[in-house]
Amino acid sequence: MQQSAGSTPVLKARGLTKKVSSPEGELTILDSANLEVARGESLAILGPSGAGKSTLLSLLAGLDLPTSGQVWIDDRELTALDEDGRAALRAGRVGFVFQSFHLVPALTALENVMLPLELAGRKDAAGKAREALDVVGLARRVGHYPRQLSGGERQRVAIARAFVAEPSVLFADEPTGNLDTRTGDRIADLLFALNEDRGTTLVLVTHDTHLAERCRRQVEMDAGRLL
Amino acid sequence: MRSVVFGLRQVGRELKSGEVRVLAAALALAVAAMTAVGFFTDRIGRAVELRSAEVLAADLVLRSNRPIDTSRDALAGELGLDTARTSSFPSVVLAGDNSALADIEAVSPGYPLRGQLKTSASMDAESGITDAVPDPGEAWADPRLLARLGEGADVGMVLEVGRIRLRVTRLLDYRPDQGLGFVEFAPTLMINLSDVEATGLIVPGSRVSYRLLVAGEPDALDTFRKRVEPVLGPSERLRDLEDAQPQIRSSVERAGRFIGLASVVSALIAAVAVAMAARRFASRRMTTVALMKCVGATRGFVLGATLTQLAVVGLLAALAGIAVGYLAQEGLVRLLSAMVGDQLPPPTLAPAVSGLVLSGLVLAGFALVPVIELCRTPPGRVLRRDLLPASAGPLVLYGAAAAGVVGLLWWQIRDADLLGWLLAGTVGAAAALVASGWLLVRLASRLRGGGTAWRYGLANVGRRGRESIAQVAAFGIGLMVLILLTLVRSGLLDQWRATLPEDAPNRFLINIQPDEADPVQNFLAEHFGGGTLVPLVRARLVSVNGRDVADMEFPSPRAARLVDREANLSWAVEPSPDNRIIAGQWWDSPKATGQVSVEEEFARDLGLSLGDTLSFDVAGSRLSAEITSLRTVQWDSFNPNFFMVFPPAALEGYPRTYISSVHVERADRGQVLELVRQHPSVTVIDIEAALDQVRSIMDQASLAVQYVFLFALGAGVLVMLAVVQSTREERLYESAMLRTLGAKRSVVLAGVAVEFSALGVLSGLLAAAGATAVAWILATRVFNLEFSPDPWVWLAGTLGGMVLVGGAGVLATRSVVTHAPVNVLKRY
Repeated sequence: MQQSAGSTPVLKARGLTKKVSSPEGELTILDSANLEVARGESLAILGPSGAGKSTLLSLLAGLDLPTSGQVWIDDRELTALDEDGRAALRAGRVGFVFQSFHLVPALTALENVMLPLELAGRKDAAGKAREALDVVGLARRVGHYPRQLSGGERQRVAIARAFVAEPSVLFADEPTGNLDTRTGDRIADLLFALNEDRGTTLVLVTHDTHLAERCRRQVEMDAGRLL
Repeated sequence: MRSVVFGLRQVGRELKSGEVRVLAAALALAVAAMTAVGFFTDRIGRAVELRSAEVLAADLVLRSNRPIDTSRDALAGELGLDTARTSSFPSVVLAGDNSALADIEAVSPGYPLRGQLKTSASMDAESGITDAVPDPGEAWADPRLLARLGEGADVGMVLEVGRIRLRVTRLLDYRPDQGLGFVEFAPTLMINLSDVEATGLIVPGSRVSYRLLVAGEPDALDTFRKRVEPVLGPSERLRDLEDAQPQIRSSVERAGRFIGLASVVSALIAAVAVAMAARRFASRRMTTVALMKCVGATRGFVLGATLTQLAVVGLLAALAGIAVGYLAQEGLVRLLSAMVGDQLPPPTLAPAVSGLVLSGLVLAGFALVPVIELCRTPPGRVLRRDLLPASAGPLVLYGAAAAGVVGLLWWQIRDADLLGWLLAGTVGAAAALVASGWLLVRLASRLRGGGTAWRYGLANVGRRGRESIAQVAAFGIGLMVLILLTLVRSGLLDQWRATLPEDAPNRFLINIQPDEADPVQNFLAEHFGGGTLVPLVRARLVSVNGRDVADMEFPSPRAARLVDREANLSWAVEPSPDNRIIAGQWWDSPKATGQVSVEEEFARDLGLSLGDTLSFDVAGSRLSAEITSLRTVQWDSFNPNFFMVFPPAALEGYPRTYISSVHVERADRGQVLELVRQHPSVTVIDIEAALDQVRSIMDQASLAVQYVFLFALGAGVLVMLAVVQSTREERLYESAMLRTLGAKRSVVLAGVAVEFSALGVLSGLLAAAGATAVAWILATRVFNLEFSPDPWVWLAGTLGGMVLVGGAGVLATRSVVTHAPVNVLKRY
């Protein structure tokens, strides 16, 4: 099992397996993965395309259910809950940063950042969202729609959105994958700085070894297995 | 609750950003099309109703053979209704040595409440409309009365009516309630109601018909009816439009059907546009929903928020649509002021309310299921774009749409018969469209010859298999209703008008005695070029299958009245041309007895069916016959027609009179007076005015249908744009890819043109077939008209489909080749 060195794990997976049916028969895309991530830790999951990194991420975050195996977040078993239960567990506890940003095109930068706060029913969503945008250096872009922002700016909005609800776990899926090297580096700087500052647990999926090296711990995947 | 607040907040933001504009616009246009039609047809419909009310000279008539209590007038006054009183009775009128029987119509000022009197200053003068009634001491005489009073009788002469003398100051050419029924009546002498007492003609036992005319707002009329009906005296009777002459009623009903059909068609096309826009609304939101779920939103929360958004968008769009619809109909009425002008009553609020209800129905039927599906989007979609929500299943999807369609149709037309046929037509056509669409799409995808654009276009039709079938079906439905409307407009409507040709009979001759039959026939042949004499035997229906009608319960008051009064029986060797046998068989031989052919609606009203035995009392003797056939009758042909027709031998020996109808040219009117002089007992009824009424009802209906056609056309174009829009993003991506790989813009555009033109031709073919089938059903089952197929429909369908769909497709997607490929590809 891939174990964290530190204290109690905030995220734990046991025997995670995902099989899908294909024209050639059943395909195992994730095979008996075991993993523990300690609070405040940063973990990189490395591997080539098709290794099963994103599948593992989606199972760890409860976005999908495994064929077998279990996942716990904060000692609550995610895999025992239905979709609404998993969503409720994620609320305010889990943040995401995606490769393709996934900003809501109909909402301004500010409204995008307010979204998780409003969903969690938090007060002063606008004030907190402004602060978060200020932190990522976009204080003057609050009223812009995603289409009016550059790729780097969009990802900064996404990072502000991910941190604004002060989640205990942040999942990042190739956060610099859609950006040029320089912008990617800056975004990575921001992500790690915030992670350090807030003490958030970071689970980062990437095939970029340079980016992976910035995490405290790295695990590698290939053909659906954690190596 | 939190989800509602969230939804409300989101909708404001989304409206601001323009994201929901497509759906809002589609819905607004749908509602606009429906309410514009609603407002306009509401006004036309009310105008038609008002015209029909002329037949009664009021909206409601309380009739009695005893003086009507003044409390009734007081009640009507209290309810804000207009009233007028009339008393009519037969009396002999004297002019010097001559005398004639007249129907004295004594009227109060204000009469008639609906319709207008037409009078003229002398025999040679033109007829004009007047709002007045005869002053006390004066009388207005029917020209036929003067004809009976001998040579030289004219305006200015003095008539003795009972104990008073009245001066004839005008000729009465038309009064709205003069009637068309085959009742015997004498020519009218109209006098002022205040002169009646002085005549001394009303004594106990006199045959006087007292009438209280009432007119006003429908609600007040309803209240009046509800309060008066329970306390009606034995001699009192309430009459409204329902009881008006069958000819007029038949026309009004058909007009209503035409207008209803046209508005339903706009509603259906608009609903298709909403369905397309809703699908796009849902598909564009999937990633957002997945994202919301990632950060903790439950399915219920998402559903609550999305439904709130949809409800707000629906409400705003409906309000905007109602406003646009109102303006559109107002503009339309102004545009047509020369034709419809100030005759149209102002619009009511009802179509606006309908607009709101309809937008709810359309959203529920066509947008709810995609939205519910949307809420099932798996959160994992944020990582894998190919993850889609579980489909609600075809049963739910089509069930909701079907419920939406039924709700929509019922709300719009409230006519079970028409609804049934329209539904059958729509469902059958949709199924056929999908099935043949599938077949055609498969065939088209095999045609792979020609240049790059040709191959690319046709390959696209085949590759997007499911979408192509959906598009062919959607385009097909759009085109089908457009073709259908064209057919209805040009075909059915013309056929309907053709049922009432210019030389339709405009005079009825009744009460022709058997010994006058030959001379009258000869007179008609000589002066008016013919006129068939139809025999008439007066009888009373006494029993059905041996059961006394007095002991029978009838479903409608109309049926009870039909049984209550004397029936007119006739005989014929063959069914007349405007009769159609729909059940049973006409007799083989004129010598048959014991058989009767009954009009279908009459049979339905009385609950009669084939094989029932009817017994009549004819002048004291008993006549029984079995119902051996049922007929439909085209009452608005204005030919003499009967509820019950016998074989000639069956009525032999019973007392009879004859009736006839002829067309009299304006120049030959003098001949009519001559006929009356030669045969004083014959009564000639002028139905020119009634004919004009029916013609003007037809004109108004056809006008409405033609302009409704424009709205339907707009809605059809919207559907096409919505369909094209739904694949726009995919095309944008493909075009960028192709151009990156070296395809010229012209090739990409030509490929798009080939694809949409192919879809257009396929849809056009299907639409032509569907429209022909539905038109046939409508013509034969709903409007009772002959159906003649129109071969042009096929050419128009395929060419129109190619041009419309191809053009709309290229127009809507031409921007895909103007975007720089790099910008497009960066998004993916």
